[in-house]
Amino acid sequence: MGETLLKVEDMKIYYPVAGAGFGKKEYVKAVDGVSFEVQKGEVFGIVGESGCGKSTLGRGICKLEQPTSGKVILDGEDITGYSNKQMRPIRKKVQMVFQDPYASLNPRMSVFDIIAEPLIVHKLYKDKADLEKKVLDLLKRVGLDDYHANRYPHEFSGGQRQRIGIARALAVEPQLIIADEPVSALDVSIQAQVLNLMNELKKDLNLTYIFVAHDLSVVEYISDRLGVMYLGNFVEVGDKSKIYKNPMHPYTQALLSAVPVPDPTAKRERILLEGSIPSAHKPPTGCKFHTRCPKCMECCKTQAPERYEVDDGHYVYCHLYDDKIKKQKEG
Amino acid sequence: MKNKKKVQMEGQEKIKTPVSEMIRKFKKQKTAVVALCFIIFLIFLAFFGNRLVPYGINEYDYNAILQRPSLKHLFGTDEFGRDLFSRIICGTRISLAVGFGAVTVGAVCGTILGLLAGYYGGILDSIIMRICDVLFAFPGIILAIAIVAILGSGMTNVVIAVAVFSTPTFARLVRSKTLSLKNSVFVMAARNIGVSDARILFRHILPGAIPDIIVQYTMSFGSSILTASSLSFLGMGAQPPTPEWGLLLSNGRNYMASAMYVTIFPGLAIFLTVLSFNLLGDGLRDALDPKLSD
Repeated sequence: MGETLLKVEDMKIYYPVAGAGFGKKEYVKAVDGVSFEVQKGEVFGIVGESGCGKSTLGRGICKLEQPTSGKVILDGEDITGYSNKQMRPIRKKVQMVFQDPYASLNPRMSVFDIIAEPLIVHKLYKDKADLEKKVLDLLKRVGLDDYHANRYPHEFSGGQRQRIGIARALAVEPQLIIADEPVSALDVSIQAQVLNLMNELKKDLNLTYIFVAHDLSVVEYISDRLGVMYLGNFVEVGDKSKIYKNPMHPYTQALLSAVPVPDPTAKRERILLEGSIPSAHKPPTGCKFHTRCPKCMECCKTQAPERYEVDDGHYVYCHLYDDKIKKQKEG
Repeated sequence: MKNKKKVQMEGQEKIKTPVSEMIRKFKKQKTAVVALCFIIFLIFLAFFGNRLVPYGINEYDYNAILQRPSLKHLFGTDEFGRDLFSRIICGTRISLAVGFGAVTVGAVCGTILGLLAGYYGGILDSIIMRICDVLFAFPGIILAIAIVAILGSGMTNVVIAVAVFSTPTFARLVRSKTLSLKNSVFVMAARNIGVSDARILFRHILPGAIPDIIVQYTMSFGSSILTASSLSFLGMGAQPPTPEWGLLLSNGRNYMASAMYVTIFPGLAIFLTVLSFNLLGDGLRDALDPKLSD
C-alpha cells in the first residue's frame, strides 16, 4: 500500500433536535464515531442504506458540515478546526462531486462560468485566453464539446450535467475527489459512461476517490476498498474482493444477498432483514444493528462491538468475531 | 464579470439564456405589454414633457379660470387659469422620480439587509427582522406621515419616507429567498470550491432572488407613487405651485362640485400610472416564474 492521503479519526457529526424540551439537548447522530484511512491512488467505497450517514460523512470530510468531534487529517495536515478561510487552499486538494446533477449546478450560470469559477476563485489562470483554454480543455476531458460552454445547465441531460460537475471538481486539480452518489440519479446506461469516465480520469490524473453509493454493483465495479455503514457507524471495512467473496458482518451478508443476479433461473438464499432502519435520533443501545440482526446475542443488546481484524486489512464490528465470546459459545 | 466574453463558435444555434426565455414569455402577455408601453410613454413624458406642452406650468390666465376641457385646454384650467394638461404632463416627472428614487433606495437597502439576515442568520437575522416587524406594524401611509413630520415636508423627505417603508418588504422577500437558496446544493458546491461568502451572496444567491426583486420593485413603484401623492394631497409633500399629481388633486377638491375635471384628470393620471406598474409587475412575475412554462 502507498502512503496515507486521508485519515479520519472517530468522526462524529450530530445535529441538535429542535423541540427536545428544556434543559436537555437531544441529537441526531448522523455519523457516530467513524475511523478509516484512505491510501493515495485507491478508490474507497462507502455503502449503506438511505439515512445511514454516508453522505454526511462525505460532507464532513470536506468540511461542508462541521464535525462535532473527531479528526480529519488530509495529507498529514489536521484540517478539523480550520475556518473557511483556512480551508480555501485545502479545497484545491479535496473536491466533491454531488449526487443530484440537477441541483448542484447553478441554473443561472452558463457552463463556462460554472467551470471557470474554481479557476477564478483560486486564481489559477494567467489571462483570459488562458482561462478560456483551460475551461475548454476540461470540457474535452469529460467528453463534452466546445460549443457546450455557452449553454445553461437546463439544456443538458443528467449524464452531461454530471460530467459538468466532474469538470468543475477537476478544475483545481485535486488529489482527492469525494463522489457523493454521483451516478445514483442517472439511468443505468449513463451510469456506466460516467463510471468509465471516472475510472479513466483516475488513471490519467492519479486521483483518489471516496465513492459514496448505495448501489452495491456500482461500488463493486469502481472501488478497491470498501466500508459498509449502518446507522452512522462502519460495520465492516476491507478489500472489495474480500468483502464481496466473504462478507463477515450479518448486515453485509444481508446486504449482499439482496444484489440481483442477472440469471432468472439462479436459486439463491436471501437473508431478509425485518423492520426498517431505526431512527438515528434514538439509536438502539449496544450494537446498533441488534434489533434487526438474525444472529443477535445477549451481549449485543448492551455492549457496542469493538473492531475485530478477521483477515489482513479486513475489519468487522461484530461480537460474533470476538474470540472470548466465541470461546464461551463453544465451551 | 470578467469572463462574460462568449466563446465564439461557428454554426451555433441561438442560446436560450434565462433572460431570453423571460422576454419570450413576457411577450405573450398582452396586458403587461400594453402596460409596459404606457410606462415607456410616461418615461418619455418625464424626460421631454416640459418641452412639448402648450403652456408653461405656472402660466396664469385669470381670464380663463376653471374652464371646461376644450381644444384650447385639453383637460381644462384650474382656479388660476393654469392649463391642467400641461401641469399633469409636467407632473409625470415628479411622480416617476419619487417612485424611482424611493423604491431604488428601498430595494437596495432591503436587498442587502435581507441577504445578510438570511445568509448569516443568528442574532443579526433577529435584529434585522425585528426592526422590519416594527416597520410592518405601521400602515405605510402613517409611517410616512410620521417620518415627514419628523424631517419636515418637502419632496426629498417624501422620498426618504417612502424608501423607509418599502425597505422591510424587500428585506423580508430577499431573506426568504436567501434562506432557501443558502441550503441548495449548488451553493454547497460553491462553498466546496472555496468561493468566498461575498461571492456566494452576490454571484449565486442574489441572481436567484433577482426575479422576485424585479417583481416587487415594479409593484412597489406603483404604491410608492400613490403614497407620495397621498402625502402631497395631505399637504406634507410637494408644496404649491409644484404640479405634483396629489397636490393637483388636493387643490381641485375645493371645486369638485362646480368643476370636477380639475380632480378627475390628476386622479386618472395617478390611477393609470399605478395600474400600469401593477400590471407590469404581474406580467413580470408570470414571465419570471420558471414553473409557468408557456
